[in-house]
Amino acid sequence: MALCANRERYDMLTLRNISFDVHDGAEGREIIRDVSLAIPDGRLVVVTGPNGGGKSTLARLIMGIEKPTSGTIELNGEDITALSVTERARRGIGFAFQQPVRFKGLRVLDLLRLAAGRDISPADACEYLAAVGLCARDYIQREVNASLSGGELKRVEIATVLARGTALSVFDEPEAGIDLWSFQNLIEVFEGMRRNIHDSSIMIISHQERILNIADEIVVLKDGQVDRQGPKDEILPELIGTPAAVAGCRKTAREVRA
Amino acid sequence: MMELDGIQKRLLEEIADLHGLPDGAYNIRSNSESAGRRSTANVEITPKEEGSGLDIRIKPGTKRESVHIPVVMTKSGLKETVYNDFYIGEDADVVIIAGCGIDNCGMADSEHDGIHRFYVGKNAKVKYVEKHYGSGDGAGKRILNPVTEVYQEEGSTVEMEMAQIKGVDDTERTTTAELAAGAKLVVRERLMTHGCQRALSTYVVNLNGAGSSADVVSRSVARDDSYQRFDAKVIGNAPCSGHTECDSIIMDRGRILAVPGLEANDVDAALVHEAAIGKIAGEQLIKLMTLGLTEQEAEEQIINGFLM
Repeated sequence: MALCANRERYDMLTLRNISFDVHDGAEGREIIRDVSLAIPDGRLVVVTGPNGGGKSTLARLIMGIEKPTSGTIELNGEDITALSVTERARRGIGFAFQQPVRFKGLRVLDLLRLAAGRDISPADACEYLAAVGLCARDYIQREVNASLSGGELKRVEIATVLARGTALSVFDEPEAGIDLWSFQNLIEVFEGMRRNIHDSSIMIISHQERILNIADEIVVLKDGQVDRQGPKDEILPELIGTPAAVAGCRKTAREVRA
Repeated sequence: MMELDGIQKRLLEEIADLHGLPDGAYNIRSNSESAGRRSTANVEITPKEEGSGLDIRIKPGTKRESVHIPVVMTKSGLKETVYNDFYIGEDADVVIIAGCGIDNCGMADSEHDGIHRFYVGKNAKVKYVEKHYGSGDGAGKRILNPVTEVYQEEGSTVEMEMAQIKGVDDTERTTTAELAAGAKLVVRERLMTHGCQRALSTYVVNLNGAGSSADVVSRSVARDDSYQRFDAKVIGNAPCSGHTECDSIIMDRGRILAVPGLEANDVDAALVHEAAIGKIAGEQLIKLMTLGLTEQEAEEQIINGFLM
């Protein structure tokens, strides 16, 4: 994971000294502070850490939805810091939103076609939907509107990222807002992606122990800074039982109390 | 049968998806004259005196038949008012495809005001599809002022799909309906205006019989400097259910006025109105941009889907 200027092969993604400030009125607040990290090819990296630690912001900075105050972002050695969301998407970054947006009038099939960038057949769409545990026959003609439940919407969102087949896929808290049963399926989806990762890379923002468990590398983000990072076997034991790695039922119980 | 030129054929494709003559009964009106007409055993189309319109009589029990009555205008400066009356027999189940396309390359305004009256018999089912379209780059305006009156007897169902997506400069659309017991009216209106266009759409639906229902839904997009007014009034005079919905996207300097109107004259009348106007949500654009679309492509996809 260490940065190395003389490497012949570039990492899939390299963040160098990324900072991001927001301004609430006159007060400036730093959300990300001087973060440098790399996501190598063929690796699944999970970014965890306490709520408010800057995880989602980091994901949005990578996709270009937010622009860093300072620092650079490189994709396969190319500086993409100044590129728009569209340009980054075309260069091979995929993004699954924590809270997927709904569209009146756009069908699941339309969204998958836009994601795939071609006029895919219902049979192709079936493949992506089956991967996220949805029966294509029931879903491809459905509108991506309020008639879909939060869990269904989340799975459609992940299916759009699968349909893109991007070099770097970023998932922002894929477990948020879905029920336990869907969560079991979700783990299988990511396990399947991990098996077929080849030269692509996956970054998942999550504090679910079971997702951390399928990671190659874990990054702990705290107060906008990298607190720890390293191979899963090294980092995960330290995290068990902390808010950075919670089991599903405990998390549910805590959210109910909150 | 009058020969149609290329522009007239293109207009027919736009408004009625017609590439040739339709199956079933039809009347094609072109530049104020009939360019072809056919009645069938169950559907009789007869012209009113002096070409002021048509009487269309559909026999009771007629099933799965269609009636096409498209209108095309390509001469600049034409102005016409046409009365078409539909008499739909009991238990009939038919599809009626109307629509008007105006191509105006001249300096004078072209205007078609179609007044359609539907007398729908007991338990009959009607699907009515109406598309309006304008083209041509002349300074003369393309004006369409449709009036639709619907009279529904017991247990009848009327489903109306009305679309005006492009090229009509000025429109004042008025739809009124009177529903007897158990009758059902479903309206799906889609409207897009651009440039300096103006579109006013008014509905007055009277639910007069027990168990009658109406569902009037309009989706519209106002771009550039255009203006729209959606004025939907549902009046419940009996135990009934009514729902109206206006869902609109505004862009550029477009303006929209939604006027909800509900009147309950019976304690068991259940009436609901929904209206939402706003620009395209930023998150929607960003989501499609993360799929590789430009902002403009994303906008087009969102609008196309919304008006689908």
